[in-house]
Amino acid sequence: MLPLFAAFVAASTAVLIFAGGLVTSTGSGLSVPDWPNTYGWFMFAFPMSKMVGGIFYEHTHRLIASTVGFLIVVLAVWLRRAEPRPWVRTLGYLALGAVILQGILGGITVLWYLPDAISIAHASLAQILFCLTVTIALVTSSGWRRGYRQGEGERGKGEETPDDRTLQHIAIATTVVIYAQILIGATMRHTGAGLAIPDFPLSFGHVIPPYWDSKIAIHFAHRVGAATVTVLIGAATGHVFFHHARRAELRRPAILLLVLLVLQITLGAITVLGNKPFIINSLHVVNGALVLVTSLVLTLRAHRSRFAHVARGFLPDDLSDEAPRAKSEARRATSGEIRDATDEYGGARA
Amino acid sequence: MSRLSDRLSCAVACAAAMLLISCGGANESTAPASSGAAAPAAAPIDPETTGNVSGKVTFEGTPPAPQPIKLSSDPYCETANSGLTTETQMVGANGAMGNVFVYVKDGLGNRKFAAPSEPVLLDQKGCHYAPHVIGIQVGQPLQIINSDNTLHNVHGLAKANREFNAGQPIQGMKMTHTFSTAEVMVPFKCDVHSWMNAWVGVLEHPYYSVTGPDGTFSLKGLPPGTYTIEAWHEKLGTQTQMVMIGAKETKDVAFTFKGA
Repeated sequence: MLPLFAAFVAASTAVLIFAGGLVTSTGSGLSVPDWPNTYGWFMFAFPMSKMVGGIFYEHTHRLIASTVGFLIVVLAVWLRRAEPRPWVRTLGYLALGAVILQGILGGITVLWYLPDAISIAHASLAQILFCLTVTIALVTSSGWRRGYRQGEGERGKGEETPDDRTLQHIAIATTVVIYAQILIGATMRHTGAGLAIPDFPLSFGHVIPPYWDSKIAIHFAHRVGAATVTVLIGAATGHVFFHHARRAELRRPAILLLVLLVLQITLGAITVLGNKPFIINSLHVVNGALVLVTSLVLTLRAHRSRFAHVARGFLPDDLSDEAPRAKSEARRATSGEIRDATDEYGGARA
Repeated sequence: MSRLSDRLSCAVACAAAMLLISCGGANESTAPASSGAAAPAAAPIDPETTGNVSGKVTFEGTPPAPQPIKLSSDPYCETANSGLTTETQMVGANGAMGNVFVYVKDGLGNRKFAAPSEPVLLDQKGCHYAPHVIGIQVGQPLQIINSDNTLHNVHGLAKANREFNAGQPIQGMKMTHTFSTAEVMVPFKCDVHSWMNAWVGVLEHPYYSVTGPDGTFSLKGLPPGTYTIEAWHEKLGTQTQMVMIGAKETKDVAFTFKGA
């Protein structure tokens, strides 16, 4: 149940990012001037009938944010009680801290009339929070816990996944650059530079803009970032297809990454050429977040075989990623308990 | 030890999260964001010698037709003011331009003028601001009323003055705001209804006027002197003219804005 719940929390975070995108895209960020109350009402008591105009987007965002906050509280407590790996429990605490800080930033940005720096920080932390919830969902999943061992079930414990340093480096670079690109995108949105260059794919009819100001520079940086991300995703996915085509845990996110990339570029083009239709603009935001976490999943899976070794290098043996597996197996061996291999992390802490 | 610290950190973090999620904080006041400074008494002006500047603002070219505003995001607005159109360029017969703020930009020297105590009214009625353009003196109260049976927020995006944003969720609510510094112009907007905006010209003196549908304006009671008169329009920018007024003299000034 925990992996399923963690996946639900991650999906809820994506919905929250979409709702946040709608707030910015519709210019509704200050339609509710107070915080944490709403026009003096306790947030959850605000009448539905009064959710008109920009209030609909802003107040809905607050309600979803509160729900996600509550879900992350539950997730952190659940991890605390049921997750044997300390570093995974730490991820839960980090997610909890991030959602608290995110709530504070959201409140401050309203009370201080959307200062660019705070609004950009709010947008950027949302991506970190999404990365944390997706990471928790990933590392609590049965596939991760099995270590993606090939042939498992047919040949006992299966084969260790190979350690591909090249893929690891490309995947890390891709994820980092995508995050940087999202930061530039957030800066572009919150400084009103989304239409600073009105044509696409050229810039004022040229490859390089013939005119420059700060907004054009931010907008053009986002386009350069998109090109860089495209090259890196091409490199990462190409490496997977050529060298690890049989590893489904890498092939699937690689395919998804390409699909999301094409969709993202299309949404970006429509945003510019269509004069920022708010739904498309918001989809561009949430799809960007999906590109980021898909790249993150590819990165983490590419590192899966090293995880335990890394943990062993810095932590006592009994705290390493593999320790709970060994303890569990030992317990089962002594008790004669027969359980599905995928369930071995699901019980109470050892 | 590790387990104890885990529990402690978890408990603290959970408590903080629940506080953020569920607790009600202090309400953002809809009371006036007042920061008025009483102006010193005005330097004596001999009323026997004052003159006037009057004139007309016209538009040259084909004015854009007012565009209908989509009000569907608020059912009340759709019912209350279904024919609402944009007020950006109000051009009447013979090119007469309304909603142009005309004021004395320079020439009054260091004269000081007391702020009137009677408030300037800005009404939110039919999901638009009435009037669309107003002038006010530093320290003079601006009374903002919500005459609509829907929620509005009043967001003054001042630069020289303090920015403010106050909610008026109930019909009939009033708030009073004063400006501490001259600023031409302060944009007002309602973030609930994205089409709602107004402009407020804040001056140290009373020599300003907003053109009506006939495009005319009048600046009365100016002491003899040479003045820079500026006409400001929200889309077409500003124009200035120099004018010299003798004792008891009235000068006509015409401004013409051209279409893009």
